[in-house]
Amino acid sequence: MSSTSSALARGKKLYTLSNPRKSTTLTLLTGLFALYCLLPMVWLVINATKSQQDFVSSFGLAFGDHFALWDNVVQVFTFQEGIFARWLLNTVLYVVVGALVSTLLAALGGYALAKHDFIGKRVFLLVVLGSISVPGIALAIPQFLLFAQLGITNTPWAILIPSFINPFGLYLMWVFTAQAVPDGLIEAARIDGAGEFRIFRQIAFPLLAPATVTVLLFSFVSIWNNYFLPLIMLKDPAWYPLTIGINQWNKLGSTAGNGELIQNLVITASLLTIIPLVIAFLSLQRYWQSGLALGAIKD
Amino acid sequence: MSSATTNAIRVHKRPKVGLLFIAPFAVLFLFVLVIPICYSAYISLFQNKLIGGNAFVGLDNYIKLFNDPQFYDGAIRVVVFTAIQVPIMLLSAIALALAIDSLRLHGTKFFRVVVFLPYAIPAIVSTLMWGFMLGIRYGLIGSLNEAAGTSFDPFAPETTMISIGVMATWGFTGYNMLIFYAALRAVPRELYEAAAIDGANEFHIVRYIKLPALRGSLVVTIIFSIIGTFQLFNEPNILATLVSNSGITSYYTPNLYAYNLAFTGSQQGYAAALAIVMALFTIAIAYVVQIKGMKNVLNK
Repeated sequence: MSSTSSALARGKKLYTLSNPRKSTTLTLLTGLFALYCLLPMVWLVINATKSQQDFVSSFGLAFGDHFALWDNVVQVFTFQEGIFARWLLNTVLYVVVGALVSTLLAALGGYALAKHDFIGKRVFLLVVLGSISVPGIALAIPQFLLFAQLGITNTPWAILIPSFINPFGLYLMWVFTAQAVPDGLIEAARIDGAGEFRIFRQIAFPLLAPATVTVLLFSFVSIWNNYFLPLIMLKDPAWYPLTIGINQWNKLGSTAGNGELIQNLVITASLLTIIPLVIAFLSLQRYWQSGLALGAIKD
Repeated sequence: MSSATTNAIRVHKRPKVGLLFIAPFAVLFLFVLVIPICYSAYISLFQNKLIGGNAFVGLDNYIKLFNDPQFYDGAIRVVVFTAIQVPIMLLSAIALALAIDSLRLHGTKFFRVVVFLPYAIPAIVSTLMWGFMLGIRYGLIGSLNEAAGTSFDPFAPETTMISIGVMATWGFTGYNMLIFYAALRAVPRELYEAAAIDGANEFHIVRYIKLPALRGSLVVTIIFSIIGTFQLFNEPNILATLVSNSGITSYYTPNLYAYNLAFTGSQQGYAAALAIVMALFTIAIAYVVQIKGMKNVLNK
């Protein structure tokens, strides 16, 4: 607010489009929000370096007496016979297979919606887009019961199969294909005698690369962060992803009195869990923004 | 939509090929979404009775639900939470998007990244971080209380929802900010130039060009935020074991209630009825927001 009024006071001669005068007030105000965003992560990094004893006794934003980060990491990977590594591999399995398959299905479907006509297209679109607003719980309970009938609860399939369907990804692919793949190119390939699947694979798909990365990234994050579905589907700790495993450890530590306190492991495991996400996010920023931009503007 | 359809018709009428491309998605969609929803509606008509096992009870589950004070307790809690948290979050997101789009910040890029970063953090990790930080046993608030001699507890029954609001706002403001920011970037820059020549100041430009440009995105973000907050589950589920005496009951939110009914109470029929009612409620509200948003655009 104050920045707007000060801009008014300074008059419009300072208003240039490409390089307006920087405002310290506005930077400070935005900085407060940035602090709110960063504080928990700073806290997490600091506390991952503390031993359990230091964690309990020292101030939250100060370092402990010992720098125990390496000890904590070793402990995370050796606690309960190294089950953390298993959870990490499970998560990688769910993320890699889930993201690849869901992105491929979305690309095929989006291409069909944008460049082909088929019976029931309008109804299909309406149902798929409508499904975005169905709450997860309304699905999870019957999914669990159906999967139990098929005998696939407590197996990786229970996590993988639902992750193959990504309505938002289908929508992005559809919008992007309509923009990025020229009809003329498809027509020319047809005249040259190329089959429909070859046209998709060799002509359309390479043009869809930016959207593909975007959809892969969104799938990656949503599957990596999935909590509700594995909580319901999995009973056997050997199939847990990281999110459920960490919560399991947290429960061990929180069982007041009788459990051994392992908050240092919970915190270090949390840090290890978010590192791949933060790296993926920082290195592929462009794709986040283009994805959200497509989603926002089309409406 | 219409342009895509006409394109397709112009390109070729090859309905069979189109079906082949869409088939893998459609078949799985049927299996993962459509059949479970129908199945959910079906089992909501049954009750697991002590004598006689699973019995058809018609609409009994729904009648029971509408007379269940525990359901209302949770439903009212999430509605109140939505009414408070969503406006705070979206207004912050709009303010941040305007600030970043204004190019007046020192380090525009830094702020864009930092504000969005929490979106990538899983709910379990964010709840643990905030739970520890705000907790009075090991957290910063505990240290502050010690230093100041106060006894403020962010996870007392009266304050737990506020703390959950702090977590949710932390996680999703950046996501919404980027949607608004994308809409602002789509405004042709010449428009600002023309407005400035006509004597508009920055406030005028925000009021008459930038804010109206956000209308479409606002509808989308409101709908997605409502869908998200109505489903509130992860935070209370995790906090229930992380902090003691937080006031989180087994029916704290409708989702938590449905989960507990289905998986610890084995009342799947009743849980399905609850889930369907919440789904219909959510869709109805999303629909109303959409209609209202469209009217606003039409009346412009």
